[in-house]
Amino acid sequence: MGMTITEKILAAHAGKETVKPGDNIWVDTDVLMTHDVCGPGTFAIFKKQFGENAKVWDRDKVVIIPDHFIFTKDTHANRNIDILRQFVKEQSLPHYFDVGTDNYKGVCHLALAQEGFNRPGEVLFGTDSHTSTSGAFGMFSTGIGNTDAAFILGTGKLWVKVPESMCFEFTGTFPEHVMAKDVILNVIGDIGVDGATYRAMEWQGDAIMKLSMEERMTLCNMAIEAGGKNGIIEADDVTTDYVRQRTDAPYKIYKSDADAQYFFKKTYNANEMEPIVAKPHSPDNKAKVSDCLDVKLDRAYIGSCTGGKLTDFMAAARLLKGKKVKIDTFIVPATREVEQDLHREKLGGETLVDIFKNAGAYLGDPSCAACLGGPKDTFGRAKDNQVVISTTNRNFPGRMGSKQSHVYLASPYTAAASALTGHITNPAEYINN
Amino acid sequence: MNKVIEGLAYVLGNDIDTDQIIPAEHLVYSLSDSEERKNYGKFALTGVPADQAGLPNGDISFTENGEYESKYSIIVGGKNFGCGSSREHAPACMEIAGVRAVIAESYARIFYRNSVDGGFFIPFECATSLIAEIKTGDDLIIDLAASTFTNRTSKTTYELKSLGEVIEIIEAGNIFEYARKTGMIPSA
Repeated sequence: MGMTITEKILAAHAGKETVKPGDNIWVDTDVLMTHDVCGPGTFAIFKKQFGENAKVWDRDKVVIIPDHFIFTKDTHANRNIDILRQFVKEQSLPHYFDVGTDNYKGVCHLALAQEGFNRPGEVLFGTDSHTSTSGAFGMFSTGIGNTDAAFILGTGKLWVKVPESMCFEFTGTFPEHVMAKDVILNVIGDIGVDGATYRAMEWQGDAIMKLSMEERMTLCNMAIEAGGKNGIIEADDVTTDYVRQRTDAPYKIYKSDADAQYFFKKTYNANEMEPIVAKPHSPDNKAKVSDCLDVKLDRAYIGSCTGGKLTDFMAAARLLKGKKVKIDTFIVPATREVEQDLHREKLGGETLVDIFKNAGAYLGDPSCAACLGGPKDTFGRAKDNQVVISTTNRNFPGRMGSKQSHVYLASPYTAAASALTGHITNPAEYINN
Repeated sequence: MNKVIEGLAYVLGNDIDTDQIIPAEHLVYSLSDSEERKNYGKFALTGVPADQAGLPNGDISFTENGEYESKYSIIVGGKNFGCGSSREHAPACMEIAGVRAVIAESYARIFYRNSVDGGFFIPFECATSLIAEIKTGDDLIIDLAASTFTNRTSKTTYELKSLGEVIEIIEAGNIFEYARKTGMIPSA
């Protein structure tokens, strides 16, 4: 019987010829990533369990990317960055991207891709649920807690239950005004916030393979919002072109067998997709943008691992160029590289930064910022009962900082179109005219 | 492992996410400092909207204002308990507040895994939809050997699902003790 790409990667990392869903296996880790929120707790458990002077299993496989609570006066948050620095020093870790230096990156999931840590066929664990993002590179990646991360630091291994796979196939071509964010919100709406619990979400079809790496990352990023263990897309030339620009490290391409077994398979016609929002307070509370046009907004937020990549800002800039926003609009590049691109990339002779400034938007520093609320002084943190349209990944009660606020999740196109009118707006109006 | 777990129930709904369990602004405290970690008990479940906090009526604080521990030690939830972030602060804050068990219809996988591997408390599953059956403040007792629990207030007993293969990690205490028992890592 054939195997899926997820099963093949896990089998290879467990030293087995084959595995099947439900098998409990110990897998070898290629990369362990942690950040400022979970690193300190992970290191404390590691020292408690393996000894004060214990060394990590492989210095070259540990990647530490502070990104969550960075530009804040919160003394505890800043103390946590010091704990990262101390551990990096004690262990002589080569892959650390320190706050306040030229080496600072920003949001870990995009930084992993940009710094060449996402490589086809590998196994990557991270202390962040959106670690599923890396699956866009044809690798197995999933989020874990401090305890599991500490276990890996000491042993390089973790037990994994092999997940069943679900296949989401899109054929045709997505309309120009539809982005990967619309696609994933549509799927989560179809299967629910626990529709993929314990399972792999595999994306297939010619429409998917026409997407850029950044758009593929958006699809895999939100697998966790359906409860998924991982999201995954087979690597192709688009993948290897991206990877080879970032690293010379070896990789291995795995593909699902034609007779692989899927728990669920659904084929969508990409041409029929429409802009989608997730209404408050759940990512599966799906609605067509065209059915929400009467929703009045207080602010727009474009940023995060989900919606703060260059592709996302190119989309937003296309709509905002030469116009003024009607509501407070926050622009937060995920990483320094994206921020530099905003200064470099131009539309019609104008840099993206100038387009956003001239439109009246506010620009923040690269970090997770208000996607998860954060300390009180976080850039873009929602207040009171504001109604927010956001390119982020979660609209749980209070997620962006105020329990009374209402968050609509949307694509960068939809967020930008809505920023121009002050109510939820179909980007097709701007793009097709 | 204790053979019985008893305590007062605190009832929550479906899809209780980790931002409700511990809002992100509080994730700055140390989990290893014995004094500082108490803050997690104080802020546990403070992200739950008031009308959903302590069902069926809501508006019941999990911990009294300023206290670090709750009088409720068994959480009853619906489907997809603990969805969202991988933050281990979520099961940790509940344990710090005094939670000894959760009984839910189903769990989000990272939360479930963190609860077991970290040894914070036992995440039991029950096929019955308990939200409509149990009221916050009801007196519960869980019998591990029988794999049942009884609501001593309503005098009703319910079957729990088998803990399955994770029972070995739960019995060992956490993932490290399990790995020591099985010889994967050297005994301390």
